[in-house]
Amino acid sequence: MFQKTFTWLDERLGLKTIYETVLDRKVPKVNWWFTLGSASLFLFLLQGITGIMLTVYYVPSPDHAYDSIQYIMTGVSYGWLIRGVHHWGASLMVLVVFFHMLRTFFYGAYKYPREFTWVTGVLLLLLTLGMGFTGYLLPWNQRAYWATTVATSIAGTVPFIGNFINQALRGGVDLSAVTLVRFFSVHIWWFPAIIGALIGVHLYMVIRLGISSVPKEED
Amino acid sequence: MPSSPQMSRREFVGIVTAAVGTFMGAALGIPAINYLIAPALKKETADVWIPAGPVENYLVGVPTLFNFNRTKVNGWEKTVNSYGVYIVRHEDGSILALSNKCTHLSCRVNWKPETSAYQCPCHDALFDIDGQIIKGPQPRPLDDYETKIEENNLFIHYLGS
Repeated sequence: MFQKTFTWLDERLGLKTIYETVLDRKVPKVNWWFTLGSASLFLFLLQGITGIMLTVYYVPSPDHAYDSIQYIMTGVSYGWLIRGVHHWGASLMVLVVFFHMLRTFFYGAYKYPREFTWVTGVLLLLLTLGMGFTGYLLPWNQRAYWATTVATSIAGTVPFIGNFINQALRGGVDLSAVTLVRFFSVHIWWFPAIIGALIGVHLYMVIRLGISSVPKEED
Repeated sequence: MPSSPQMSRREFVGIVTAAVGTFMGAALGIPAINYLIAPALKKETADVWIPAGPVENYLVGVPTLFNFNRTKVNGWEKTVNSYGVYIVRHEDGSILALSNKCTHLSCRVNWKPETSAYQCPCHDALFDIDGQIIKGPQPRPLDDYETKIEENNLFIHYLGS
């Protein structure tokens, strides 16, 4: 019965081909550092799921942001767990993505024909940092408020266009409800959508080109 | 693949993966479901005696309106709801406390001395002094509260959320 259903679906969806192309790829003998890409992908999905869960209760408004998070932490079953995973997962994701970049760099895996994989990877690293930056404001506590005040001020020191960047980030001269809601929008819609698309491109190239092996002495 | 009496390595790994996966899925899935349905599982029950002042404040045979407020917490927000109770003292000393919430669509009824009836402003539901239906669209008599008198003070029994 299962076999029949599977065959019926496979004939139409090409499940076996997908499996063979994506998971049964030929790979050189590599070490544990090569698992960091999969770990990054896993963390992205984990952050996505826990983030979606948090939006069930979180309200991105100065009146409610702090209180709604207090409610998640104390009033909702396992709210502390969901938020804790999202909080620590964020830091871990920055670390894992960064080490993934270091491995690629030190093994020279960014060279021909994988230059474009490297470029999308750099964009993904920057977007990961952007997710950390926008997510940091959302608790709307003193630390979040002043960290964003300082960070947007730093952006404001860019010559000539600094003031414009500062106000574009803040949505005005000061940090306000406008800042909070635009950071929220970028954090849950813009960046995740772009990251998702870039991961698609990144993985397509990993599958198409295969992964590089650990460099040997003669390389 | 020829079937052997022993479990093959591949089968063993498959079974272990499925078992560990199920365990991890449950360990993550059960808290996740709890997280989502937590507000639905919360029981909010109040069982309090609201002090309504000395019994003498309520004239015999004249319905007198008594108001009180209850604060309710929804999530992180507090809502104050006000309740109105018509209190009638009878000659024998017994007390009737009627909710002023119309049983039709929850508008607030008013006591009209000229017609000796509670009248609802919304759809003209009429109730007599005991809260019984005179006429109108209301499905049942006015709800009443349990009362008690302690040291000449009246208390109203409030049950609910």
